[in-house]
Amino acid sequence: MNYSGFKVIKEALTGHRGWGPAWRDAAPQAEYDYVIIGGGGHGLATAYYLAREFRQSRIAVLEKGWIGGGNVGRNTTIIRSNYLLDGNEPFYEFSLKLWEGLEQELNYNAMVSQRGILNLIHSDAQRDAFIRRGNAMILNGADAELLSTTRIRDRYPFLNVNNARFPIKGGLAQHRGGTVRHDAVAWGYARAADQRGVDIIQNCEVTGFRIENGTCTGVETARGFIGAKKVAACVAGSSSRLMQKAAMRLPIESHVLQAFVSEGLKPVLPGVITFGAGHFYCSQSDKGGLVFGGDIDGYNSYAQRGNLPVVEDVCEGGMAIFPMLGRARLLRSWGGIMDMSMDGSPIIDRTHIDGLYFNGGWCYGGFKATPASGFAYAHLLATDTPHETATAYRFDRFERGRMIDEKGMGNQPNLH
Amino acid sequence: MLIDHPLLGPRDASEFVYKGDASLINRPDWQAEDALAKFIDYGYLRDNPASDHRELWFHEQGDRSWLVVTRDTTTHEIKSVELARDVARREGRSK
Repeated sequence: MNYSGFKVIKEALTGHRGWGPAWRDAAPQAEYDYVIIGGGGHGLATAYYLAREFRQSRIAVLEKGWIGGGNVGRNTTIIRSNYLLDGNEPFYEFSLKLWEGLEQELNYNAMVSQRGILNLIHSDAQRDAFIRRGNAMILNGADAELLSTTRIRDRYPFLNVNNARFPIKGGLAQHRGGTVRHDAVAWGYARAADQRGVDIIQNCEVTGFRIENGTCTGVETARGFIGAKKVAACVAGSSSRLMQKAAMRLPIESHVLQAFVSEGLKPVLPGVITFGAGHFYCSQSDKGGLVFGGDIDGYNSYAQRGNLPVVEDVCEGGMAIFPMLGRARLLRSWGGIMDMSMDGSPIIDRTHIDGLYFNGGWCYGGFKATPASGFAYAHLLATDTPHETATAYRFDRFERGRMIDEKGMGNQPNLH
Repeated sequence: MLIDHPLLGPRDASEFVYKGDASLINRPDWQAEDALAKFIDYGYLRDNPASDHRELWFHEQGDRSWLVVTRDTTTHEIKSVELARDVARREGRSK
C-alpha cells in the first residue's frame, strides 16, 4: 500500500477501514542468506538497503522483543554531521544526505526537520577549535557557519549570553542538521524492507551461534535454529552480551545515557542548541516538549535507568545557557544503554569468524548514523568490502594505533 | 548510588571517579614474550558483563583511596566494597 495525501483523504471519507498492517508478522524459515540480529533502526536499515540497494533476497531480521524498542526509541532524535576527523565526517555527511531523501524513498513520514543545530562557543580556544571543525566539515561537503554573538542573540533571544562563568562568544551552526521522529525511522525502514520481502521476526531472541570449523552457519534462537550464509550482529548496547555467545570480547563497555523531556510548551526553541562548556543539548519536539540530555552516567550499566547526580548536572548545564528552562517542569526521563567503545567511534567490520559480521560501538551517536550505518553494513555484507565512507571502522584499529578519537580522550570509554 | 567505603562508611557515588573493570589491577608483565598481545588485551578489551561486575572506583572527593566495588550492572545493586590495596596485595600485585 502506497501512502499519500489522496489515500489519507479517501480513508477519512470511508471510515479508515482500508489501512492494513505496515509489515507482516513473519514466521522464521529454516534458512536465509542473511540473518540480521537486532530489529532496531540500524538492523532494519541494513535489511532495507541489502534488499533495495544491493538486490539481495532471503533476508531476516531477528528481534528479541518488538522492533524499535531499544535505542532507536530512546534517543534525543538529533541528526547532524559536524565531526572533525577524516574517519568520521564523510560517513556522517553521507548519513545526513540519506536523511534528506529518506521520506520520499521510504514513502513514510519520518518528520525529518532540518531546523538547524547550533554548537555554542564559550572561549577563544574553543572558537579556534570550532573554526577548525567547521573547515573540516566544509572540506567533506557538509555545511557549517560561524555565527557571531549578535546573530545568536537575534535568533535565540532567550539565551543567557552574559553568563558570568560561561559567556556565549559565538557558535558553529549546521543549518542542515535537525531532528527526526525516531520511532518512525524504525517503522519506515521496517515497512519498506517488508515490502521488498524481508522477514521481520519479533519475539525471537538469539541464544547462541552455531560455529563449525571457524565458520558461522546460523543462530540458535528462542524459536529454533535458523541457518544463514551470513549472520550480522546489530545490537548496539548489548553487543558484548551477544558476542560473548561467540566467545568474543569487544573493545566496548555498556553505559547508561539519560534523556529528559519537559511538559509541552508553545514553540519557544527553533532548532537544536548545544552547550559548549558542559554537556547539554536541547531541542523542542513537535508536541512541544523540550527534549534534552547530557553526559552518560559513567559506570557500566545495563539497567536502562540512571541516577540523580547526572540529572542535576544536565539541568545545571541547561540553566547556565537557557534560564527559561527553569520555568518548565520535567515530565519524563529515561535511560538507554550505549555501546561505549574505546575511542568513541563505531565498528562496522567482519569478525575473525567467517560468516559473522559486527556493527556496534555507536556510543551515543547512533541515531543520526542510522541510514549510513545500514547502508555501509549492507555494503559490507553484500560485497565483503567496507563502504568507502566506513573504511576506518575496523576492529583492528586499536592494535594498529589508528583510533578515531574525536575528543582525544584515550582508551577510557566513559570519557567519550 | 551509595558506596559503602570500608574506612569512611556510606558515601555518595558522585564523590567517586569510575575507572572500569577491576582486572585493570593486573597489568601485564612488559618483559614477557607476548607482552604486546597482552597489553592490547589489557588496554582495549573488556568482559562487560550484564551481571556482577568487579570495578575500580577512585574516591577523588574524599580520601583518594581506590576501591574494588562488586556491583550488579543490571540493577546497580552493590554487593561488596573492598580497598583496592587489599585486593592487589591478595593477588600478589602490591607489597
